[in-house]
Amino acid sequence: MRPLAERQGAFAGGLLDAARPIPSGLFGPDGQASLKRFSVYRNNVVVSLIEALEAAYPATVRLVGEEFFRAMARAYAVAHPPTSPIMLGYGDGFADFIAGFAPARDLPYLADVARIERAWLEAYHAPDAMPLTADTLAPVAQDVAGSLVFQMHPSLRIVRSRYPALTIWRMNVTDGEPVSVDLERGGEDVLIVRPDVEVEVRSLPPGGLEFVRTLAAGHCLEQATEHAIPIEGFDLAANLAGLLGAGAFIGFVNSRTRG
Amino acid sequence: MSRPILSTLVAGAFATALGAATAASAAGSMSNDMMKMQQEKQQKTMQALGTGKFEKCFGVALKGQNDCYAGPGTTCAGTSSANYQGNAFKLVAKGTCTTISTPNGHGSLTPIKA
Amino acid sequence: MAPVVASMASRLGDIPPCAGVGLKAEHYRQIIEHAPDVGFFEVHAENYMGAGGPPHRYLGAIRERYPLSLHGVGLSIGAHAPLDREHLARLSELVTRYEPGLFSEHLAWSSHGANFYNDLLPVPYTRETLDRVCDHIDEVQEVLGRQMLLENPSTYLAFAESTYSEPLFIAEVARRTGCGLLFDVNNLYVACTNQEWDSASYIRDYPLQYVQEIHLAGHKPDRDEKDRPLLIDTHDRLVDAPVWRLFEHVIGMTGPVPTLIEWDANVPAWPQLEAEAARAETILATVRQGEVRRAALG
Repeated sequence: MRPLAERQGAFAGGLLDAARPIPSGLFGPDGQASLKRFSVYRNNVVVSLIEALEAAYPATVRLVGEEFFRAMARAYAVAHPPTSPIMLGYGDGFADFIAGFAPARDLPYLADVARIERAWLEAYHAPDAMPLTADTLAPVAQDVAGSLVFQMHPSLRIVRSRYPALTIWRMNVTDGEPVSVDLERGGEDVLIVRPDVEVEVRSLPPGGLEFVRTLAAGHCLEQATEHAIPIEGFDLAANLAGLLGAGAFIGFVNSRTRG
Repeated sequence: MSRPILSTLVAGAFATALGAATAASAAGSMSNDMMKMQQEKQQKTMQALGTGKFEKCFGVALKGQNDCYAGPGTTCAGTSSANYQGNAFKLVAKGTCTTISTPNGHGSLTPIKA
Repeated sequence: MAPVVASMASRLGDIPPCAGVGLKAEHYRQIIEHAPDVGFFEVHAENYMGAGGPPHRYLGAIRERYPLSLHGVGLSIGAHAPLDREHLARLSELVTRYEPGLFSEHLAWSSHGANFYNDLLPVPYTRETLDRVCDHIDEVQEVLGRQMLLENPSTYLAFAESTYSEPLFIAEVARRTGCGLLFDVNNLYVACTNQEWDSASYIRDYPLQYVQEIHLAGHKPDRDEKDRPLLIDTHDRLVDAPVWRLFEHVIGMTGPVPTLIEWDANVPAWPQLEAEAARAETILATVRQGEVRRAALG
């Protein structure tokens, strides 16, 4: 009798690599091998993974067309099958894969659009948390403001692109209408957060990304300011108001009194 | 920048930001163009949906990707061994990328028509 | 079917022996706004294993109004490898959160080594598989603190090493573990057609006394390379006529049990799904009336 572990190893090995012969000892009703019957499983596995990626990256699908996307997704799926049974998290490394996918070389912004989509999906499924409002911060004395350390919303993500990836993403979701975009016009930094049920996707102003990143690393407001202030065009008040308005903070402590 | 100057700057900006955020929430409007655009788009979506509340309460309904059905039979997607990284296949994007231009014109970004 | 459904559900948590529908995101809104009259909803557990966000909002709102059954699709009970303890813990959390009336999983495997294959792969029916599956079900029932139901698979091929028939294998699992059974009548028909098994003798050997839920779904006819019928378990269309006949036959013997319409691909507008459920409900009602009549005659 063939041990189960060996059987499942051979079966699994034949699923993703269509060039391999089908495992022995698998039969149709006449006791004969059947490529077509084993192919049902090969197909189920690969198609379900492609469809999961299609669902997770709709703007990327629109940008390259379905045929191209499915071929690219197929290449990703067989090279990087899921390692978790929770499919809503599948496709973690897809943007990096796109960045190195030779046939997509002519679309240099594509990987960054996929990064925005991935961040959107992560924010969608992230833990729920109530954002901090301006009212909650109002009683804080101005002179201790600099030592505040903010707790960031668990859904918060940031994406930096050398291209206008946010503009391109926006034109390619739901009712977006694609128009010409000058790829040389400069990069975009993106903030993604889900304060309640709707995922918010916003463009970050100059220095905004450095500012948020420093805050998210657990540094106080003064340190984050110090970090972002050398960047041309950085406006502290606008950044703070923007983050508060987006629901990026869920709590704060005074780092000086924290013991 | 010296510490006292930085502290003063942070304190001032903090007050301004709180004022702006409070005013924004009191007026029920957002403070920049991007937000305004988003809100208008959202309103349009709401009108299209017929009721003004549903998606605001629940959010977008995304399909789950764990399932227990079989794919569309024995089509070739699972059995293809195409290697798109190699030279044997010419894979060409045919999506909305036609509309993305560079200062040099469409150049290499224009997909080849099938 | 309103009065029947209402009276059958003694507590909101219990699944009534009525027709239910697999819950799809496409119908969340319809269900919340119009509260259609169905016996229960069923969801795939893994689709609600995100930490937060809209899926939980929707499911929470629907759970407040309907009994819910939880259907796992990723536990890989038929794998040689030990169960994924983290996954089992997540299932346990979901069970605590949504208090489903029933929890079911498949006689199949999906994980091997580090990979998850996102499909319900078949197992050989051997003594070794039997021991594994029973150990895994014991563990699931222990961790969840409740009985689970095991579902019979749709299969497309057979294993040279199998020494049990499928129904006798399942009977032995149920006897040894005390698990209940989810009898997927479409899977029964698909497997019997693909394997050229006789469905009447399958049902004779299958332990109907443990059945606590039935699944009905559509399948797609195809053919293998020798032009033999090969049915694919696509869940993308109406339940086929022979499957309805098998369903009537089965519940004629088990009595009414919770019966789910599964429609997972090419999902139709809600009314068509509700009509499929109503069709199942009509058949269930006939059996129910037969039972009442027999009881009255004493």
